[in-house]
Amino acid sequence: MIFVSDTYNNPADIDDIDPDVPTGPLVLPLDQWHRARGGRMVDFAGYWMPVQFEGIIAEHLWTRESAGFFDVSHMGQLYVSGEGAEAALEQVLPIDLSTLPVGGVRYSLLLNEEGGILDDLMVTRWGTGFYLVVNGATKWDDIGHLREHLPDAVTLNHLEDNALFALQGPKAFEALEPLVSGDHPLSALTFMRGGQFKLGGIDAWISRSGYTGEDGFEIAVPAENAAELADLICAQPQVKPIGLGARDSLRLEAGLPLYGHDMTETIDPVSADLLFGINKRRRTDGGFIGADKVLPVIAAGAATRRVGLAIEGRMAAREGAKVLSGENEVGIVTSGGFSPSLERPIAMAYVPAELAVSGTQLSIDVRGRKLAASVVPMPFVPHRYHRKGAA
Amino acid sequence: MTRYFTKDHEWIAVEGDEATVGITDYAQSQLGDITFVELPAEGSEVGKGDSASVVDSVKAASDVYAPVSGKVTVANAALEDQPELVNTDPEGEGWLWKMALADTAELEGLMDEAAYQAYVAEL
Repeated sequence: MIFVSDTYNNPADIDDIDPDVPTGPLVLPLDQWHRARGGRMVDFAGYWMPVQFEGIIAEHLWTRESAGFFDVSHMGQLYVSGEGAEAALEQVLPIDLSTLPVGGVRYSLLLNEEGGILDDLMVTRWGTGFYLVVNGATKWDDIGHLREHLPDAVTLNHLEDNALFALQGPKAFEALEPLVSGDHPLSALTFMRGGQFKLGGIDAWISRSGYTGEDGFEIAVPAENAAELADLICAQPQVKPIGLGARDSLRLEAGLPLYGHDMTETIDPVSADLLFGINKRRRTDGGFIGADKVLPVIAAGAATRRVGLAIEGRMAAREGAKVLSGENEVGIVTSGGFSPSLERPIAMAYVPAELAVSGTQLSIDVRGRKLAASVVPMPFVPHRYHRKGAA
Repeated sequence: MTRYFTKDHEWIAVEGDEATVGITDYAQSQLGDITFVELPAEGSEVGKGDSASVVDSVKAASDVYAPVSGKVTVANAALEDQPELVNTDPEGEGWLWKMALADTAELEGLMDEAAYQAYVAEL
């Protein structure tokens, strides 16, 4: 037996880790907190992160039924401000900031000149500037890209003194609500809205957003208070800490793509089925990096599309597996695994647009076996966001 | 019955020239929740070190190598409906296959339980 996924097996010796030496994984504010709770630590995006606590399936189902606490402090938290910041950001991102109110959160994409995806990110309008959350593995490249393209009058701050948590699940609200105070009640937040609160007496920026398909929150707090606030949240009976493994299976069920896998710098937003990341005005007006390449694809349609596949049987198809139509190789799996909620394997794959239709019967080659798969709509598991106007 | 272990975390329990093969408790704990086991065909010949089975966990698919050469006589059909037996009882109910040994001399290079525990302690 070889443990194929070697990143799950790195022996962790905290004494060997010096955060000042950039050669090994770095330590995040909750490192000791995770280890003390039995988190199995792995090297992820250059940081020691917990892949699991009690087990991926149990953690996954707990999040779907109650509330899961995720440490996502590896992600990049950036702040863009200064004269002309709004116009400058619109040159870099295909976002329409004119329709983003203070406290509003919006999904966007960082594109290269070729229209390929450099990263996906969340943009929030704060009173005086814009708060960006980018992927951990790409944050240094993102910072370089932004510094290169933002004018000198615009300031880019990397908020390295912040930790970032997510609390996700149908009981996330009832777990968090008693712990926060502020000018507005927590219930004032609907999906993709954020606000400033006190959490256990500490300043916290809280938005109603996440990466699981569930209702929930993302919570930025000072790194120096991270452990006490993690304790505070996890003392709630609805909450358990959840590792990266369940984070991945939850987002897969939610149909949410993962950067570096389901989207890359050679994949355009239309193929990736992320057109909603290009706001309506920008689809016609352009004026953002990559627009010259992306707008014609929007008009003509993409040749390949990201789709969801439901797989028969119990054997999982994973990233890199070939997708076949009849005997012909037509595509490739970019994410896949066993769905704990559906108790069957699911996957995301890229296939020709003419096959990207619900009900199309395909097969996936896994170690020489052909698994029957059908194109299905995503999300695989319905989203349960707390949208404005909903009960 | 004598139980041997491999560096790849398989165990093999031998009685005469018959043996039962599975993965160790350490292996299942590293793999996490097991969702599917691809078993060898009964009657198939496996060579020492060949990939004879694949254990799928939520995280990854992992090959299970034949600790010694021989012919697969029985695959554990219970795993088709209950792959989690490999997690809950890896060295008992969660066995993978039984085989007839081709050459008992191949067992000589394997570890006994004490040697395996010492090996795992170093990982």
